[in-house]
Amino acid sequence: MLEIANLEVVYNEVILVLRGLSLEVPDGKIVALLGSNGAGKTTTARAITGLLDVHEGKATKGSVTWKGEEISERIPAHIVQAGIAQVMEGRRIFAELTVDENLSCGAFTNRSNMSANYDRVMELFPRLKERNKQVAGYLSGGEQQMLAIGRALMAEPELLILDEPSLGLAPMLIEQIRNIIVDINKQGVSVLLIEQNAMMALSIADFGYVMESGKVVMDGPAQKLLNDEDVQEFYLGLHAEGERKSFRDVKHYKRRKRWLS
Amino acid sequence: MMTALQLAQTGAGATFLQTLVKALALGSVYVLIALGFVIVFKATQVLNFAAGAIAMAGAMFMSILISDGGIPLLPFDNPLAPAEGEAASIPMWGVHVLIALVFAALFGLVLERVAIRPMVGQPLFAMAVVTLGIEVAVRPFNLDATALESRNLGVPWKAETWELAGAIVPKSYVAAVVLAAIGSTAVLLFFRSRLGVAMRAVAFDQEAAMAQGINVGRVFAIAWGLGAALAALGAITYGMAPFPPGGNVSQEIHPILAFRVLPVIVLGGLDSIAGAIVGGVMIASAEIFAGQYLSQYNDTLGSGYSTIVPYLVMLVVLVVRPFGIFGTPEIRRV
Ligand SMILES: Nc1ncnc2c1ncn2[C@@H]1O[C@H](COP(=O)(O)OP(=O)(O)OP(=O)(O)O)[C@@H](O)[C@H]1O
Ligand SMILES: [Mg+2]
Repeated sequence: MLEIANLEVVYNEVILVLRGLSLEVPDGKIVALLGSNGAGKTTTARAITGLLDVHEGKATKGSVTWKGEEISERIPAHIVQAGIAQVMEGRRIFAELTVDENLSCGAFTNRSNMSANYDRVMELFPRLKERNKQVAGYLSGGEQQMLAIGRALMAEPELLILDEPSLGLAPMLIEQIRNIIVDINKQGVSVLLIEQNAMMALSIADFGYVMESGKVVMDGPAQKLLNDEDVQEFYLGLHAEGERKSFRDVKHYKRRKRWLS
Repeated sequence: MMTALQLAQTGAGATFLQTLVKALALGSVYVLIALGFVIVFKATQVLNFAAGAIAMAGAMFMSILISDGGIPLLPFDNPLAPAEGEAASIPMWGVHVLIALVFAALFGLVLERVAIRPMVGQPLFAMAVVTLGIEVAVRPFNLDATALESRNLGVPWKAETWELAGAIVPKSYVAAVVLAAIGSTAVLLFFRSRLGVAMRAVAFDQEAAMAQGINVGRVFAIAWGLGAALAALGAITYGMAPFPPGGNVSQEIHPILAFRVLPVIVLGGLDSIAGAIVGGVMIASAEIFAGQYLSQYNDTLGSGYSTIVPYLVMLVVLVVRPFGIFGTPEIRRV
């Protein structure tokens, strides 16, 4: 189980971005983390995976514990070894490397089961199998996302963090990625699904958190959030015409067209 | 070394062949040192101005091992060293080269640890200045060790030559090409290996590489180690007769290693393995062929003109392709 308690993160020693964030991802569950642009979702992912340092960020308060151990001071390699892998926002595949080489990088900390993990990834993503010798930069957006997920799975994680996997994908592909996340979860991997596409995330999650300005402002079972009027209005675009509910800091929600689709 | 007079006695075809072999041999030296530079730059984005000093230190290690019968940096005798006054067999010499490369690699690791690692995260310009500092710090040790006498590398075939279709081909020239071929192949194979792939990943996107669990610090260290070993191999190659200093490591070798390779790297494009190879051969060819075929204009051009040819070639190419022949455009932001 992953537990974040009262986490504060500061960038460049002055910009306070997470202000007492708390959330947990129980073993075997899918947990959705929702929030608009700049809410601090990616920062949360960085805090879990040891990547704050690269961004001159620092956890100044609170804790991040994984299986009961504090991990906020660990280097990324050790966190991957401990069983947490991440699909970064924007995919971040190694465009100059081939598909196989990308996957090999994902297996950097887990060499012993590499061929079994490779087979598992290829089974999930037959498209990658056809293109395994191709340079990754030439893959389509959807294939790149599959590669990014496959690369993370090569580490054989117990917890997979996905940062906006639906970003920039067509509805049909989003559907496909969604199903794959469910499959991965069925294989026993816990998932922290960071999304702006609340509908997609809540439709498969067990539990959800909504964050805003570095804090959780709402949480609950996914079904309950899906039925919540505020969430419906601000994340699913289902508000009744003419009638505007006042939700905290309405103006902070920069709506994106795709929420409406 | 071939003098113009000697060459005049041979036929035009043989002259061409001899010049070509010489160009390839010098190109091999350039390729090796440039590869060392490129590996460091590719992995860490640091311009390694210490490449020349490190290369020369590597040649010094070799000399200590084989001519002094010692072990670099350690107060022990080298049990494998040939007996006084005798030359090593070719395989034994190869073993000594390998040991010298290991020492050079360790030297590179230490430099990275001591001088570069603490600078990670600082501007790249500052890092480059640190490498200049390494260059300045290492050079006196090199010079100190060579000032009194030039040091021998115990090359088994000394200055022996073969004759090929009327052309005189020094064995060392062939050996240089062989060593460069081995070095280049090793580098290409390395970049297909697990660590090499990780290094390319780090070069492409450091944060994403870290997110995969790749230990970036270790990759940097390995790049420095490998870079130092390649530079050392280049300097050892250059220390074989009849390369200019005549089969010895002496202070003359240093500026050549430190500065002559610069056009090669810039021409090839800083981060490209293929660029280092093509650039090395091109620059050396321009230098050697100009030296051979323009020698009748010595009076007008001045006798040292062939050494500035590399810089001329570099300038011309850069006007056409600012990122070098194989370089990636983004590199210029450095
Ligand atoms: N490296 C950084 N240095 C300074 N501020 C940063 C840095 N990275 C992010 N921030 C700031 O932290 C806040 C949260 O950013 P973060 O990327 O975590 O948001 P997010 O919820 O992932 O947003 P998005 O949905 O747009 O990806 C933003 O205001 C952002 O400007
Ligand atoms: Mg984000």
